[in-house]
Amino acid sequence: MDAGVTPTGETRPKLVVDRASKYYDTKSGPLHALDNYSMSVEDGEFACVVGPSGCGKTTLLWSVAGLHSLTSGTVTLDGQPVTGPHPQIGMVFQEANLLPWRNLTKNIHLPFEIKGIPPDEAHIEKLLNRVGLVGFGNKFPRELSGGMQQRAAIVRALSFNPSVLLMDEPFGALDAFTRDEMNLLVEEIWLETRKTIVFITHNIAEAVFLSDRVFVMAARPGRLVKTFDIPFPRPRSLDIMTTREVFDLVNEIKAEIEHRPDASAAAGSGETPQQEGVMEQANG
Amino acid sequence: MVDRELGDRIPTFGDAKPTDDQSIGVTNLSAFKGSSEKKSAQEIAAIVAVAVIIVGGGEFLLRFLQVPQFVMPPPSAILTSLVVDFGFIAPHLGHTLVELLSGYAIGASVGLVLAAVITQFPFAEKIIAPYILMLVTTPMLALVPLLILNFGFGYTPRIIAVALASGPMVMINAATGFRRVDLAKIALARSFGASTLQIFMKIRVPMAMPMIIVGLMIGAIFGLLTAVGAEMVGGGFGLGNRLTTYSATIQMPQFFAVILILSTLGILIYVAFFLIGKKWAGWES
Repeated sequence: MDAGVTPTGETRPKLVVDRASKYYDTKSGPLHALDNYSMSVEDGEFACVVGPSGCGKTTLLWSVAGLHSLTSGTVTLDGQPVTGPHPQIGMVFQEANLLPWRNLTKNIHLPFEIKGIPPDEAHIEKLLNRVGLVGFGNKFPRELSGGMQQRAAIVRALSFNPSVLLMDEPFGALDAFTRDEMNLLVEEIWLETRKTIVFITHNIAEAVFLSDRVFVMAARPGRLVKTFDIPFPRPRSLDIMTTREVFDLVNEIKAEIEHRPDASAAAGSGETPQQEGVMEQANG
Repeated sequence: MVDRELGDRIPTFGDAKPTDDQSIGVTNLSAFKGSSEKKSAQEIAAIVAVAVIIVGGGEFLLRFLQVPQFVMPPPSAILTSLVVDFGFIAPHLGHTLVELLSGYAIGASVGLVLAAVITQFPFAEKIIAPYILMLVTTPMLALVPLLILNFGFGYTPRIIAVALASGPMVMINAATGFRRVDLAKIALARSFGASTLQIFMKIRVPMAMPMIIVGLMIGAIFGLLTAVGAEMVGGGFGLGNRLTTYSATIQMPQFFAVILILSTLGILIYVAFFLIGKKWAGWES
């Protein structure tokens, strides 16, 4: 893929968010969800965004995905502005977000149905094999455990082979053991496919384990406060989570979040995008 | 002492999935719910025994107390009449079915389309809501004399009455279904580039399906009530007409035979929608 190289031969970042701001119109006046947020993610990089709940993480991710518009600022993918849903972007949502009236196979076929192309069965089969979901095609979401549902959601997001994967607190609802397992799986898949991944979480240890870089956000309004490089070699095992270096780094990030003036009051709205954002897109 | 409610249930917290009758969906409106599961021989024996006691006991009591037939005929007389007079009643059943099916087809399809359209325009919905409410709460039977005045004693006034009775019921329930919006699911479809129409077809319609089926069932039952009621008001055919005729001529076994046919029809409607609900909206329960 030559997407990361400009005609002049220099490399450029895969994904650029440039001075992004977002206000929601609410009954109690405008809500400032995202303030002048900038970041750039390299091709094949694993980037995590961490921050307290209500800091605009999901707003940021939905903007990157083209699910709703920014009040100001731009999102650029491969040098092209992202103004709506983009075929090179796959999304994994909170709590799997499978359609309960479809079985697993039909859930995974959804992107193809919408795009009006035949499903890439060979690729899907390979992915199902990879995440250990072969033979569950006829099962409905309610018959699967939370971890299995999230694996299916990952297969669905990768089924049409996007180059960017956006993951919105995908494992927040899972128990700690399943979460560790899923994190290992995500790292393995990333090492194999080298997708560009933007992963949102409020779990600092998860962010440190997974990413090349951690973007730390503060709330009210949501903004970038600091970027951390995560130097640990790949593949990482869960054992590194008990090392002194990781411990210190997690604490450093935690301190960065906690010592912001707004951090203590950071619960509440702002994280979940309000209805009108998507509705505009969906109806327009 | 173990709590009867908790019994042997697997403990669940948080996920507030109602176990039985609280959630919407056809499959749990019902006394039937249990009958979808396998019954033990014991249960079947008990059900049959109770039925025999009710029918047999009724027969015995009515004969023993010498209740006159015009007050309440014994079950045997009703069943005899059902067999003997069915040939005569059958065409009337046919008329009622024609009215019900055509009126319902019109009412239900208009109701569904209106529900789908108005829920897309919240402002329009607010404006027409009072009229819908009026249509739902006004007994359409009250309009039948007027309809007969305008359209005569044929099928037409009855079909209109059935459509007017079933349409709003379908619409109000379907609209409730279409208003159930799961933002995350819409965002999911949208992230694959779905158009408004695709979101409607692949997300909104399936999400609304349990409520649509409930609406279709209630609409069908209301349609049956209205068809029979309209036949009782005027016109020389249909099961409702039979009821007025038989009661005027004190032919009670025949009267109750018609009642039996009507309740069977109602049960059939219910069972049909129960099965449809299980197939198309089973994911919700």
